[in-house]
Amino acid sequence: MSAQSLPHIAATQRRLFKINPVYLLVVALILAIVVMNPAFGEPTGYMNYLKRVTALAILSGGALYVIVSGGFDLSVGSMMTLTVIGSSMLASNDPNSTYWIIPLMLGMGLIVGLINGLVVSYLKVPSLIATLGMMITLNGVAFMWSGGAPRGYLPDTFRFFGRYNITDIPVISLLPVAVICLVVFGVILWWGMHRTNFGRMLHAVGDNQQAARLAGVPVERVRISAFVISSLTAVLAGVILGGRAGVSVNIGSGFELQAITAAVIGGAQLLGGRGSVPATIAGALALEAIFTLLNLLGLAQPVRLVVQGLILIGAVAFATYQRKRAGR
Amino acid sequence: MTDVPTIEMRGISKSFPAVKALQGVSFTCSKGEVHALCGENGAGKSTLIKILSGVYRPDGGEVLIDGQEQHFRHPQEALLAGISVIYQEFSLLPERTVAQNLFLGREPMKRGLIDNRAMVMETRRVLGLFCVRHHIEPETLVADLDVASQQMVEIAKAISLNAKVIVMDEPTAALNEAECEVLFSLVDQLRASGTAIVYITHRMREVTRLANRVTVIKDGEVTASFDHVPAPDVVVRAMVGRDISEYYPEPATPAEIGPVVLAVSSGSNSALRDISLELRSGEIVGFAGLQGAGRTPLAMALFGAAPFTAGTMTLDGQSVHLTSPRDAIRAGIGMLPGDRKAQALFLMQSVRDNGMLTARSFANAFGGKDGNRFVDLNGMNALLDQMKVRAPSYEQEMRFLSGGNQQKAIVARWLALKPKVLIFIEPTRGIDVDAKASIYHLMRDLARAGTAVMMVSSDLPEILGASDRIVVMREGRIAGQFDRSASEAELMMAATGETGVAA
Amino acid sequence: MTDTPLPAPGRRFRFERHASTILLLAAVTIYIALIVIMGQTRFLTLDNLVAILGRSITLGITAIGQTFAILVASIDLSVASLISAAAVVTSVVMNGDPAMMLPAVLAVLALGVVVGLVNGLVITKLEVNPLIATLGMSLIIQGVLSYYYNNFAGNVPVEFQIFAYGSVGIVPFSLVFMFVLAGCAWFVLRFTRFGSDVYSVGGNRDAARLAGIKTDRVAIGAHMICSLCAAIAGIYLASRLRSGAPWIGAEGVYDLESIAVVVIGGTVLAGGRGGIWGTIAGVIIFSLIDSIFNVAGVDAFVKQVLRGIIIVAAVAFYAARSKRPVA
Repeated sequence: MSAQSLPHIAATQRRLFKINPVYLLVVALILAIVVMNPAFGEPTGYMNYLKRVTALAILSGGALYVIVSGGFDLSVGSMMTLTVIGSSMLASNDPNSTYWIIPLMLGMGLIVGLINGLVVSYLKVPSLIATLGMMITLNGVAFMWSGGAPRGYLPDTFRFFGRYNITDIPVISLLPVAVICLVVFGVILWWGMHRTNFGRMLHAVGDNQQAARLAGVPVERVRISAFVISSLTAVLAGVILGGRAGVSVNIGSGFELQAITAAVIGGAQLLGGRGSVPATIAGALALEAIFTLLNLLGLAQPVRLVVQGLILIGAVAFATYQRKRAGR
Repeated sequence: MTDVPTIEMRGISKSFPAVKALQGVSFTCSKGEVHALCGENGAGKSTLIKILSGVYRPDGGEVLIDGQEQHFRHPQEALLAGISVIYQEFSLLPERTVAQNLFLGREPMKRGLIDNRAMVMETRRVLGLFCVRHHIEPETLVADLDVASQQMVEIAKAISLNAKVIVMDEPTAALNEAECEVLFSLVDQLRASGTAIVYITHRMREVTRLANRVTVIKDGEVTASFDHVPAPDVVVRAMVGRDISEYYPEPATPAEIGPVVLAVSSGSNSALRDISLELRSGEIVGFAGLQGAGRTPLAMALFGAAPFTAGTMTLDGQSVHLTSPRDAIRAGIGMLPGDRKAQALFLMQSVRDNGMLTARSFANAFGGKDGNRFVDLNGMNALLDQMKVRAPSYEQEMRFLSGGNQQKAIVARWLALKPKVLIFIEPTRGIDVDAKASIYHLMRDLARAGTAVMMVSSDLPEILGASDRIVVMREGRIAGQFDRSASEAELMMAATGETGVAA
Repeated sequence: MTDTPLPAPGRRFRFERHASTILLLAAVTIYIALIVIMGQTRFLTLDNLVAILGRSITLGITAIGQTFAILVASIDLSVASLISAAAVVTSVVMNGDPAMMLPAVLAVLALGVVVGLVNGLVITKLEVNPLIATLGMSLIIQGVLSYYYNNFAGNVPVEFQIFAYGSVGIVPFSLVFMFVLAGCAWFVLRFTRFGSDVYSVGGNRDAARLAGIKTDRVAIGAHMICSLCAAIAGIYLASRLRSGAPWIGAEGVYDLESIAVVVIGGTVLAGGRGGIWGTIAGVIIFSLIDSIFNVAGVDAFVKQVLRGIIIVAAVAFYAARSKRPVA
């Protein structure tokens, strides 16, 4: 097929049919849940589902920045743990502490992201290893801080973001604050990725790092920014998760792989160059919907891991197959 | 010579998604002869050889070995049939020894284990056949050898296979004069021992020195075939296929050549020695030389990617010190790399994003993606239109475009920044002939608009046809400067450092 | 080809090729210096040396396998889960019965072969990135394992604990076993066609294919060896802990540590260069670092933090020299 001979119309048509299948997947899964459990159709049902998915959705949106730039960030789960443990240690039951704890945690996220980014772009450590190292380091720090067992709990002002519902709203009757956070941060992440020069540079770095450098892209700065964004969203996700679920030692573990899985379901290209924030958030919705379905089917927690592993491999294999079929 | 040729290819055709690479090409080679296969870059020589060696399968036509029809599905099958190819890109493993490379995939075995001693001894024997002056130890790592020795190892590999047919794809590209002579006498030896040799080159003196027969292909078709060695200009005309005058644009008139834009004085780094040169606005300067002569390192130094460590550089009379591509771009220098796929293209991004990337990199990071102080969406569309980039839509991903259109889109990337100096490295490699001509005209238009154009190329006809002035490099130094009336022979002499070499 | 800078001719000292030796010497020097400074010369005995090495058997066996995966330009992140699974299967099948020792070992080895085969097939035939393929496999193994067990399960008969606790003189069987295994691995890499092919495929897959090597089979074989070693490491761990639990692999961070050890041993992550003895040197370096912490009395959590930093620093030490872009 000669690229030049394609008429404009064919190209337009092709794009029309190219709706990302993840959106259809989410609709199908939600329909399945409603069929199995009609209560899900009620505001309390679906709003709780959205509330549950918020932490993962925001986290995945941030992790996508690193994925599009051609790396992985496996430290986000432990960053969430550290956020929750650290906040609970610092808060010491003082409701007024939230106003300085969250900025402080964001500051910590900034530093962690900076270190990840610096190690990956200047010391040239493969991101997987660098962030895995950061993961065990942060877990160690969290343990050290809490002395092995979490003490204290989070004040209500802190848990506001993850737990509070605004009630008495017409039509939908209740609106969790978490869902507002999801929309706000989702839009910010979408804007940064798809509507700025930075987003385009991020794609370019992930697509071809050497070419990006020769085209004048500040490659190191772009990669470091991606890791910083990823760590910052991990802190936000930690605040929301801690608010919803309370304090526990392993609260964030496993989230790093769920975030990557969500991005992969959303059609992101691992090792960089392609990825969409809305599709990744839809990927997170799909993953949580699958988990909900597994619950409804009475399957135990560990089955989630198996399903997640199968999705990860399956989605990547499917993408490879499609690329091969399209030629080149 | 026997009646049945050792290899016979009849009516071979092959197409790729964007190009028709070969059409009805026939080619034979018999025992004890050297058949030169000539053609410009991108004419289809390599595709033909890859079909012969089983890397590609032809769409049409047949391949006969010793009169038997063959359908190779894997390079291994061609190897077993006695066809050995020395590719331009080395297929050696740098971290393995010479002996291990020679016997890659067919190590001698003794009681189920690799017989390292036999392997080393056999390697020493094969290398001894021709590397008398050029001693190579079988147990050296290939990474520790220089390029010429690596080439020798490639050839030794072919010989140790006892191949009936040896294909050499531009084997002298990296060799100096003395090493070339070693190679030539080796070719003579192989011919005398009854090997059929296909020798790919575009250097006329090698054709004259070695060939028994000559076949020329151009645009995927055989344009001339000789059972003797014709005069060089006959071959050249068949290769280029049209009058040079319409292929290349008019050179600059003295009035068009402006002031010095970029000047280097005694520039040096690990790959370059004492470089002094001037690039003027309105002028296209061609840089010729052998592989490893330092042309690409020079371009990289000017572009700040591998900076000079000594010497001075001025731009528009101002002293500049460039230590990164970003510095260079900010100062007004652009570069189109030689290996487009690895160094210039973003295959998953749209044509427009590819074009706008550099402008975006120098604009506000959080600025809108549709426009910035260098170029906006309409401006980029206009530039792409002006370059005549052919794509169904500029939203199309880059990977779906042909090589020529990809190159034009990258030119647009630089035009958006209006550079003072634009460096082209191997601008027409892998580009079909029509697109080539338009790239030359584009370079000329740029020069006319006042840009200083530097062109690094390994293609001597291109250097002579498209440049206003020619700089020849050798061993990291400038070996000579010529105007466009120089002959290929003069340039070769300067590039190899030998005197008395006839074209 | 454009003119790339000429590689310097002749042999010259290449730091990378001796780095693991240099690092090993440095670690030994620091260890001895620390002991001397702290006046704890009781640590400077042969017994203590053996004890130091003995602590790293699981890591050592796993890393020998990981060396194959990395040499062939792949990677295996499923080893930690596989170690857990192998340990649990060992102790559950044996369940205190000495007669079940052989069936248990055979079952676990079969498990290793199957996991390696699946990893290899997914990577070569479905062309899934090895990081993702083995990460996915890790999740699947962990999920299945946690579905059936959530605590120590079964127990290993006393007869089988000899594998971990028995010794010849002062040298434990397991240490001898690790060095024998390393010797076998070295022999395979050095003297067999498969070993040679592993280097070739890892060094340049296209060149290997052009030379007629069945590259997919080589990669699958390397993954099977890798998983087999992880399975053996799991058997050893079950013998040492006297029972298996589904978290022991993840707790030891054997995936990251085995990769780090291989890299410190001078095997490049891009494949095609390195070897077993470097890996063993890396394992010894890690054990020495552990001992240094012990001698210096570092808190367990601080130790974990320092380990993370050291692993990353060690990889950086090599990676900063390589010009290839990284993921």
